[in-house]
Amino acid sequence: MTADVADIAAFALRVGDDALIAAQRLGEWSARAPEMEEDIALSNIALDQLGVARMMLTYVGELASGDEDSLAFRRDDREFRNCLLVELPNAGPAATSGAEGDFGITMAKLLFLSTFQRLLHDGMVASTDEQLSAVAAKARKESAYHVDHASQWTVRLGDGTDESHRRMQAAVDDIWPYTHELFAVDDLSVRLDQAGVAPAPETIRPTWLDLVDAVLAEATLVRPADGWAPEGGRCGRHTEHLSYLLAEMQVLHRAHPGAQW
Amino acid sequence: MYGNDFGVSESLLDQVDEAERALVAAAQRRTGAGDTTDQGGSASSGVDLQAYFDAVIGADQKIEPRDWMPDSYRKTLIRQIAQHAHSEIIGMQPEGNWITRAPSLKRKAILLAKVQDEAGHGLYLYAAAETLGISRDELVQMLLDGRQKYSSIFNYPTLTWADIGAIGWLVDGAAIVNQVPLCRCSYGPYARAMIRICKEESFHQRQGYEILHTLAHGTPEQKAMAQDAVNRWWYPSLAMFGPPDVASTHSEQSMAWGIKRFSNDDLRQRFVDMCVGQAEVLTLTLPDEALRWNEERGHHDYTQPDYDELMRVIKGDGPCNRQRTAHRRRAQSEGAWVREAAAAYAAKAQARATQDEQTPEDAVAGVST
Repeated sequence: MTADVADIAAFALRVGDDALIAAQRLGEWSARAPEMEEDIALSNIALDQLGVARMMLTYVGELASGDEDSLAFRRDDREFRNCLLVELPNAGPAATSGAEGDFGITMAKLLFLSTFQRLLHDGMVASTDEQLSAVAAKARKESAYHVDHASQWTVRLGDGTDESHRRMQAAVDDIWPYTHELFAVDDLSVRLDQAGVAPAPETIRPTWLDLVDAVLAEATLVRPADGWAPEGGRCGRHTEHLSYLLAEMQVLHRAHPGAQW
Repeated sequence: MYGNDFGVSESLLDQVDEAERALVAAAQRRTGAGDTTDQGGSASSGVDLQAYFDAVIGADQKIEPRDWMPDSYRKTLIRQIAQHAHSEIIGMQPEGNWITRAPSLKRKAILLAKVQDEAGHGLYLYAAAETLGISRDELVQMLLDGRQKYSSIFNYPTLTWADIGAIGWLVDGAAIVNQVPLCRCSYGPYARAMIRICKEESFHQRQGYEILHTLAHGTPEQKAMAQDAVNRWWYPSLAMFGPPDVASTHSEQSMAWGIKRFSNDDLRQRFVDMCVGQAEVLTLTLPDEALRWNEERGHHDYTQPDYDELMRVIKGDGPCNRQRTAHRRRAQSEGAWVREAAAAYAAKAQARATQDEQTPEDAVAGVST
């Protein structure tokens, strides 16, 4: 069964938007990280995510319409297809706009996201779509580094001081509900799986759980119980946070329609 | 991409390469004169340490961390290298201010990488300062307490996207003109740091120039944005070279020590001469009606920056001094729990490793009792 071009574009948009919004949140940390070395590391990861976003959005433009910048800067929040997890503020899901970032929240988000991305990219290497396969082959190596970085910090914070243990556990608890959406099944994911374009998301979860469980255990943290599982990002129903993120990201580009930069 | 627009900067980069070759040559000369080094470097040999230091400086060779050096030389270097490191770290703020709003994904990536480079330069310079017997923590504390300064240029705000271009072109440009001679500094670790940093700074300057070039050849609003940024950054950039020679307090001794090679005014003149041609290609105007070529001097005449303003900004009353310092203090205090956790975890891991090593012996001891 051959994949529909529109389906491939829709999938590339999900992967690209995840990476773009993750990069935007990481970029907010610039000159604010707890250590100078960490400023460099977070920028590195932001640059990797931005790189994947640019390749994916460019591909979406080739398959459908637009280019990386029109897709990034001229869509409204209802048109974005990223998961809710990446748009959550650096200060946490319940934070107000502009609140100071919480490093524990950022590491919890990064651990869950990058472990998912690593497994997704691993699966995408075998994609019937050559372009997706090529991007995944490059991105999987970067994802492995992101997982390593987030895992190390999760362990240090979980098994560090009483204060850091408390904060890291709270961060894991706050972010956990948003991980379920990463593995959600819908018509598109079923068609992509059947056409060999991308692995079925639900098949990724067992391995993801094994990997995440091992890190949480070493960090002396408790895996939260499954329960509330907010979703909607994949069909454009986001949290209130995304619109603020886009307002900031898009303000200059939108103020000068048609300009080159 | 822009052909010969960077003629003068290219020659500055040649100077960096030349300094690197000279540094290698100096190191080889020293190895050849091994006996002298051993006698001079060892306090027990009885050779006059000051005389040896003076001879190394006089021969344009490098002082290395293991060498004896006068206290005042050490203090001057610590002050200068630390100020330079602090400037890189504080300088991340005005530019980081536009990462989340960069107008294209390509520009966002370039800016992220640039600010990341600055953090790297900061760390590299702190490491150079640490070879002089002071720790990075001490230096950072002095920055936070206001006991050490950073470049006053970063106390000006980045109000529009064009400011990112102007900082790259003018501020990084001025920094390069200032720093290229430091590649020949008499203190080896600082000279080596500067060689590496100058090479990366020249990329940054080119990127800033390209931002302005794109804006100046874009829509009328973009061009106006570029001109406004140049108008605001020109004089503060000229002030980066410090007070005029007649009022410069540290210059004379630093010259004698081979830390400084050219006077503030000479470097400022070099910068002005470099910018005039580049501004023409940009089709932007430098905001100085008195700016003109002086055939007799072979240089451009120009209006001096407002040195009273420079002193006010250095003393703490620039537009953003309070904001920049508060930002750095906040990052430091907000991150304290993370650094404490990392230290606590490292101590636990160390204790576990020690325990593992001891276990077999303990077991043996257990059996024998």
